[in-house]
Amino acid sequence: MIFLFYTAAIVALIATIAVIVSTNVVHALVYLIISLLSVAVIFFALGAPFAAMLEAIVYAGAIMVLFLFVMMMLNLGQATQDEEKAWMQPRLWIGPGTLVALLLAQLTSVLFTQDVAISPVEVGVLDISVLLFGPWLLAVELASMLLLAGLVAAYHLAKK
Amino acid sequence: MSFEVGSALSIGAILFTVIIVAAMLIWVERRLLGLWQERLGPNRVGPFGLLQVVADMIKIFTKEDWVPPFADKFSFILAPPIIMVVILLSFSVIPFAPGVGVIDSDIGVLFVLAMASLGAYSVMLGGLSSNNKYALLGSLRAAAQMVSYEVFMGISLLGVVALAGSFNLREIVLSQSDGWFIIPQFVGFVIFLIAGIAESHRLPFDIPEAEQEIVAGYHTEYSGMKFGMFFVGEYLGVVLVSSLMVVLFFGGWLGPAFLPPIVWFVLKASFFIAFFVLLRAAIPRPRYDQLMNYGWLFLLPLSLLNLVLTGAYILWQEGL
Repeated sequence: MIFLFYTAAIVALIATIAVIVSTNVVHALVYLIISLLSVAVIFFALGAPFAAMLEAIVYAGAIMVLFLFVMMMLNLGQATQDEEKAWMQPRLWIGPGTLVALLLAQLTSVLFTQDVAISPVEVGVLDISVLLFGPWLLAVELASMLLLAGLVAAYHLAKK
Repeated sequence: MSFEVGSALSIGAILFTVIIVAAMLIWVERRLLGLWQERLGPNRVGPFGLLQVVADMIKIFTKEDWVPPFADKFSFILAPPIIMVVILLSFSVIPFAPGVGVIDSDIGVLFVLAMASLGAYSVMLGGLSSNNKYALLGSLRAAAQMVSYEVFMGISLLGVVALAGSFNLREIVLSQSDGWFIIPQFVGFVIFLIAGIAESHRLPFDIPEAEQEIVAGYHTEYSGMKFGMFFVGEYLGVVLVSSLMVVLFFGGWLGPAFLPPIVWFVLKASFFIAFFVLLRAAIPRPRYDQLMNYGWLFLLPLSLLNLVLTGAYILWQEGL
């Protein structure tokens, strides 16, 4: 499981970097799907198969399809790719690069000072359901209300 | 080497059988269509035309495998294998008989749904990368159709999951030993059947590749084995949806003891495969907006109602 975790983590890192640096939107999207799927594998390795499947169904399977759907309508061509390339100046990376390096240093120091071991305990679908529809029922209902509000808003916008 | 769930022998046998069955369906479908349309169908190559598949395979492998210069090469090559891979992966959670299967997963149903939702990328990327208006129109239709019908497919399955009390497909089969789920979940079955046809974009719901309107839809620019992968992927989808219907609603391998369990499974699955072909021969294609309206305005409320009633029934049973 540790091996699975680290390989999936490496794939996720490489894919996410590829999302940022690739100038072709469709390629970037494919890499983003790969990144989300590897996150699903990480969830699986950490003993959360239900979360892993939801990640694959909802993020990789549904939300990214909508992204791709919009991209099809936009008809982006070589011009957009050139524009992207023009924006990707090396000096633009200095600011974000330093900030991310700082964060990485903090993260590694935290990881080394606190002895955090990966101890996968598998949490099944039933355990999650009992929690969600027991103590956290109110939160679930609130989330569904938020989605309903989004639905109504989308309906209103589409009618215009 | 023993023949049990997850053994190399079991995995190899399932993979081999599934691919051979999917390839043979090319011939089966044409012969059955011929039968129902009162003509002969392919009967020249070998006995009853059985070797037609071999002839087709030789043809498709030796054809020029061409990538159009205006296409986006990366996505163009990536698209066809996706559908094959995700559908073959879905077969890993299907329990074919006691001891025959690849994995007994507690998230089996969810896994199948996840793979079905990833299958949409094959069609979308194929159409988008082809850089062709007909392909783009086809994949736009495919994307909307597959995303919509995934929703009803998932909700229609939840009734079965609630009755069986598990996402594990093998446990779902075992919990049908007192009676198949087709009786309490008939509405769920009908919705799943319709959504299954739409997901595998078979006729009558082959709107993404409607020949009379948009050439060949998303695979207009494909040739050779890349087209072959889309083609075999479609048949694999038919086999998968038939197997799922058998497992979820018709008691899987369960049946009277005079035949071994695997034979029961194969018989039931073959019945549904033949039913898929009959549908193709019998029903004309609806219009795109009719399909979408039908889904969202009729199937979605119906599947939600089915789920609520199933839940109420289970609670009522527990209260007794």
